[in-house]
Amino acid sequence: MSVSRHSPARSVAAHAVLLTYTLIALFPVFVIVINAFKSRKAIFAHPLALPNAETLDWVGFKTVLKQGDFFQYFLNSMTVTVGSLFFVLLFGAMAAFALSEYRFKGNTMVGLYLALGIMIPIRLGTVAILQLMVASGLVNTLTSLVLVYTAQGLPLAVFILSEFMRQVSDDLKNAGRIDGLSEYRIFFRLVLPLVRPAMATVAVFTMIPIWNDLWFPLILAPAESTKTITLGSQVFIGQFVTDWNAVLAALSLAILPVLVLYLIFSRQLIRGITAGAVK
Amino acid sequence: MAEVTIRDLRKSYGGVQVISGLNLDIKDGEFVVLVGPSGCGKSTLLRMLAGLEEITGGDINIGAARVNNLPPSERDIAMVFQNYALYPHKTVAANMGFALKMRGMEPSAIRTKVERAGEILGLTPYLDRFPRALSGGQRQRVAMGRAIVRDPKVFLFDEPLSNLDAKLRVQMRAEIKELHQRLKTTTVYVTHDQIEAMTMADKIVVLQGGRIEQVGAPLELYDRPANVFVATFIGSPSMNLIDGVVKGGMVDVDGARLALPPGSTASEGQQVVYGVRPETFSAAAEGLAGTIAVVEPTGSETHVIVRLGAREVTAVFRDRVSFRPGDGVTLAPDASKAHLFDKATGQRIS
Repeated sequence: MSVSRHSPARSVAAHAVLLTYTLIALFPVFVIVINAFKSRKAIFAHPLALPNAETLDWVGFKTVLKQGDFFQYFLNSMTVTVGSLFFVLLFGAMAAFALSEYRFKGNTMVGLYLALGIMIPIRLGTVAILQLMVASGLVNTLTSLVLVYTAQGLPLAVFILSEFMRQVSDDLKNAGRIDGLSEYRIFFRLVLPLVRPAMATVAVFTMIPIWNDLWFPLILAPAESTKTITLGSQVFIGQFVTDWNAVLAALSLAILPVLVLYLIFSRQLIRGITAGAVK
Repeated sequence: MAEVTIRDLRKSYGGVQVISGLNLDIKDGEFVVLVGPSGCGKSTLLRMLAGLEEITGGDINIGAARVNNLPPSERDIAMVFQNYALYPHKTVAANMGFALKMRGMEPSAIRTKVERAGEILGLTPYLDRFPRALSGGQRQRVAMGRAIVRDPKVFLFDEPLSNLDAKLRVQMRAEIKELHQRLKTTTVYVTHDQIEAMTMADKIVVLQGGRIEQVGAPLELYDRPANVFVATFIGSPSMNLIDGVVKGGMVDVDGARLALPPGSTASEGQQVVYGVRPETFSAAAEGLAGTIAVVEPTGSETHVIVRLGAREVTAVFRDRVSFRPGDGVTLAPDASKAHLFDKATGQRIS
């Protein structure tokens, strides 16, 4: 960064803006977490107060752990997210490599076709997807969710990754070819490690909507054994009575796994976002 | 080590022919430089030799083998790229030994070979470093090391010095040449820099528009260029070309009369181009009269740009001269070192 941008006034202003934004963004999360530890009465009396000896109440977590099979829901969410992520990254990177590396007829058209999915939400096809899943007997399986989420994540993955793969030096790939690497090894050993920051970016952008999704689990896999955590939390929200302790506790717990995944990718992610901008 | 023969080689992209019917023989152990302006097809030719680009027609032979359809790794070649193309996540030693590892060679044998190459190139202290910790010159040396350890039949260099600064380029130029003298491996070297071509080559191939303009030893090309293109491309500052007409055994240039070069077969009345190397001009009483436009002292010599009517010529003087812009001067070319080309075809008349 250039010296002129380091003036203290600018620095303070920038930090003030960023801190404000951080506070706004984190506030709902903060409220959820503190209230998860409070008794029902305390939640409604002083929603913004921190839990103290008097109001501390683990009833929410107890309900969550007692009720249904919360551990199973977690596992389902994890399976679906990690599975979809794996396929999105694998197939996305493969398609991106083909599009950026090989010249063939219809290259641009295929690229555009794949990018179309970024603009058209997959939920528009829900009815058809449901029919398809019913016909193939995949309703109430995690496979159905993995398939749908893979399809949902691929367009953005292909779009971002092919941009990054174009920047990988041709000479490097050619050097690999001369050294006797197969196209597969060039892809896995040379290109993938070099676009790792981009992969992390794609991973985060893909992972969060999948983890948070309520729509497809509700439609495709609402059975007890295939419920995801987001869907599982809904049992505490009733039409007339809502068990707020349990809802907040469930949501607090649901943050944890995705937070861990994010931390794994974030170091790479920051590099991915700033690559190209900062040399 | 092997000779390379190229027969009737053709390459087209879609309907555009970039190389048409090219023939070239490269002898065993020869250092051949492909040179030409950008877009002349020199890099395409090299990539076809390497197998990185498919050929549309013709034959390429390396040694006794016809390699047209062999993948790059089976052609027994090694290539050095312009931007080094080192594997960023491997150490210098791993970079150099990678091709051998891919062939399934023993790790201890690889280590020996890598260490020997490291010694030749002065890379021994850097073998365990990563490419990002090296300077441009060192990286290029690693790229060369990677080529050396393979003991290939042919070395291919694709503008390897273009990314280096001027001083380092001169140094690496000498190093590559020395390396070739030591290893005597057949080498094909692509550059757009005619100085590199002149200084390094056993044989220069001048390309333009996908065709070979001339093949020959550096000084042969300098002394007897086959056509106007080669005449202007080789040599710096480039050859002066002066239009004239043959009249009475002399070349008439706007009234000034210049002697024909020896052995010239130009016919009376023929429109010709009279080519004069800048250093064969001398200031004399008779010749081409003009005024001095620019004086450029380089230390060892002085470049003088002289305006002759509508045209400008460059003269190079080895001894110190005291010209000043605006002075009048009369330049006499050394007819014994002059070149004569046909105006219409651009071909040499001799």
